[in-house]
Amino acid sequence: MIRLEGVTKRYGAFTAVHPTDLHVKRGELFGFLGPNGAGKTTTIRMVAGVLQPTSGRVLVGGHDMAREPLAAKRLLGYIPDRPFLYEKLTGAEFLRFVTGLWNQNGAESEKRADELLELFELDRWKHTVIESYSHGMRQKLLIAAALVHRPEVIVVDEPMVGLDPKGARLIKDLLRAFVDRGGTVFLSTHTLEVAEALCDRIAILHEGRIRAVGTMEELRREAAAGTAGLEEIFLKLTEAEGVAELIEALRPGPGLA
Amino acid sequence: MMGGASTTGGARPAVVDAGMGVLLGVKVRLARRRAGQASSIGRAVILGFVGLAFWALLYGVIHRLLDYFRSTPGIGDLLAAKLLGLLLLVFLSILLLSNVITALSSFYLARDLELLMAAPVDTVKLYGARLIETLAHSSWMVVLLLVPVLIAYGWVYDGGWEYVAVALAATAALLVLPAVLGSMITLILVNVFPARRARDLLALLGLFVVTAAVVLLRLLKPERLTSPEGFRNLAEFVASLNTPQSVWLPSEWAARAIMSTLDAPGVSGDLFPLFLLATTAGAMLAGGAWMHARLYVPGFSRAQEGAELREGGSRRWRILDRALRKLPDHVRVIMAKDVRTFFRDTTQWSQLLLLAVLVAVYTYNVKVLPLRTGEEVGFFLVNVVSFLNLGLTGFVLAAIAARFIFPAVSLEGRTLWMLRSSPLRLRTLVWCKYWVGVVPLLVVALALTVATNVILQVGPFMMALSLATVVVLTLAMAAMALAYGAVFPRFDTENAAQIPTGFGGLLFMMTAIGFLAVVIMLEAWPVYAVLRARALDMPLDGGAIGRVVAGIAGAFGLAGLGTVVPLRVAMRRVEAL
Repeated sequence: MIRLEGVTKRYGAFTAVHPTDLHVKRGELFGFLGPNGAGKTTTIRMVAGVLQPTSGRVLVGGHDMAREPLAAKRLLGYIPDRPFLYEKLTGAEFLRFVTGLWNQNGAESEKRADELLELFELDRWKHTVIESYSHGMRQKLLIAAALVHRPEVIVVDEPMVGLDPKGARLIKDLLRAFVDRGGTVFLSTHTLEVAEALCDRIAILHEGRIRAVGTMEELRREAAAGTAGLEEIFLKLTEAEGVAELIEALRPGPGLA
Repeated sequence: MMGGASTTGGARPAVVDAGMGVLLGVKVRLARRRAGQASSIGRAVILGFVGLAFWALLYGVIHRLLDYFRSTPGIGDLLAAKLLGLLLLVFLSILLLSNVITALSSFYLARDLELLMAAPVDTVKLYGARLIETLAHSSWMVVLLLVPVLIAYGWVYDGGWEYVAVALAATAALLVLPAVLGSMITLILVNVFPARRARDLLALLGLFVVTAAVVLLRLLKPERLTSPEGFRNLAEFVASLNTPQSVWLPSEWAARAIMSTLDAPGVSGDLFPLFLLATTAGAMLAGGAWMHARLYVPGFSRAQEGAELREGGSRRWRILDRALRKLPDHVRVIMAKDVRTFFRDTTQWSQLLLLAVLVAVYTYNVKVLPLRTGEEVGFFLVNVVSFLNLGLTGFVLAAIAARFIFPAVSLEGRTLWMLRSSPLRLRTLVWCKYWVGVVPLLVVALALTVATNVILQVGPFMMALSLATVVVLTLAMAAMALAYGAVFPRFDTENAAQIPTGFGGLLFMMTAIGFLAVVIMLEAWPVYAVLRARALDMPLDGGAIGRVVAGIAGAFGLAGLGTVVPLRVAMRRVEAL
């Protein structure tokens, strides 16, 4: 459903994503796991059609993002990590705007928007302007916006940021249900727990290169076997590395000692 | 569960993307909602009132001028036509400049573009929507200025329905042209130069803008109209008036078309220029759409790359750190942060381009003033011009303060939590903001005053008085800008360029201009008395000296009050935020 063929991204002399080949199958929940600055967001933005690769191509549902952007984007729902919402629109108006972008306005879209707002417990606030929403409410609205036009693929960057446990659980269930119904999810995260709880397959990204791809079990076996670099990345991801330094930094100042 | 994909592999209708209505509709709704807020209604009433007064004033001035022209048979009509051509040319150049800068932000830097780029929105429709947005944002002020001018022309020269229709059509085409051209220039620059940094791009834009301004000024040759004696005879002067500034200028086409519908027998004209204007605008629009369909997506992607580049510790920052090293730590870090932020935030420093052009045009105009026609008159006139120059410098200072000092508190808004939770006295913050604003403002003010005074070759009295006045004006205007910015903060925008365009910014400009007028009036008599005594070679008597001292002391005292009171207000206000 999503295919990356020799995709690279350079910013001047800096290479954010080295040549990458990847295939995410239909009905798969695929995770992009890596520490901060690994190139996850850049890759996600290329898949979403926001950034153009320096070389290589991105295909969504068989459509080349560079040649048939409208056909490719029509299948996508994108949830960015630094989202923009029109502050002076209400939640319902924002969803209506998004369905308009997908050219889907009508009674059915309205119903769908209402159902999503109810599902995310935003129905009480649907006529309130977004500027008064909490961070979690915004995140939920954003996810509703990605679903409201019935996409076949959801591309999501750090889906759990800012959500309370109930909200996080809801998203997990939702993404899983989406995939069970034949949808495809491509998500990025820097935490092992999220990847482990959600993903069918995971790619581990480090310094712009995919270091390993497989199920969590396969990756763990590889890491335990001492595959070059993977163990270290796992340590970084589980934040085991640097704990001693962290504890040192948290010691009180001389006045309190 | 709602989250399931609706169709997976099933047939979907053919790709139909969103229309421009969706893209523009949301903007209209947002604008209406902002305008509909309770606080906005009161402000709109005040703004409406001020706007009407301004319109009436502008209309009155133009009406009177045109009445005078009309009473001068033959040459008067030509002068009216020439004036319209000049006004439209000035408007056109302002529009081009403003559209280039607005296009960069609305096509490449706006925060909602990520959402739109990920949606199946056709590039040409996005172009159309953003073009209308760019046009509206950069043209509304010019339209407001143009309306009373056109009404005055129509009124004085008995314009009928034909006039109204032609004026409307010509104005529309004249607005579309610079918007299309501005977005095309931005598109080419974004694509040709691999936007390694947005600032490189803006430096290029700056170069382009300054070149365009110089070219337009040379086409305009405003100084020729002020000195008809430079022409060999009246016939040559009239011939010069009757010659278009350039046959290539759309503003000239618009002026000719508009004048052809008026009862101005001295001016020959037909509607061909309107046809030329409309077809050019249409062709440019089509060309712009064609270019955007091909180049917009790669250009947008490159513009994103610029935004993600890292900023290294370059030499100039080390110089800044060294310059500030003697200050207390908490003052130093705030000042260093403000200066760095300013130069890294393209929305802030790109406005320097506008000001650079303003200053260049202004200095150029002072240079070409025909003042050196006779020795006696020359001396008096030069000094009077130098004095009036003070007013114009003050206006430039007010504009700069509105752009750069007024937003200071608003820009701090989102990080105020950090400063409040630190052991920093908020009045220290105000002082930091004040000095970070005042120092560069003083440099500009003194450079402008010295440059124009040297060009004008003024005497030592005027040089000393204008320098001293400009220093106190700068101190006061910076304080006022800071205070108004603190009283009317705008925390809801991340675009620093939008902050001074609100209600508080307008109030600041009105106060600053009023303050400037009073200072100049207080100094007017002393300047007149001293210059008169010099010109007639007579000493000032005791009473006159007293009045001179009182006038100057009054001006300086007012400037002192205009500095201290606003600073106190700013401090109290920031502490209460």
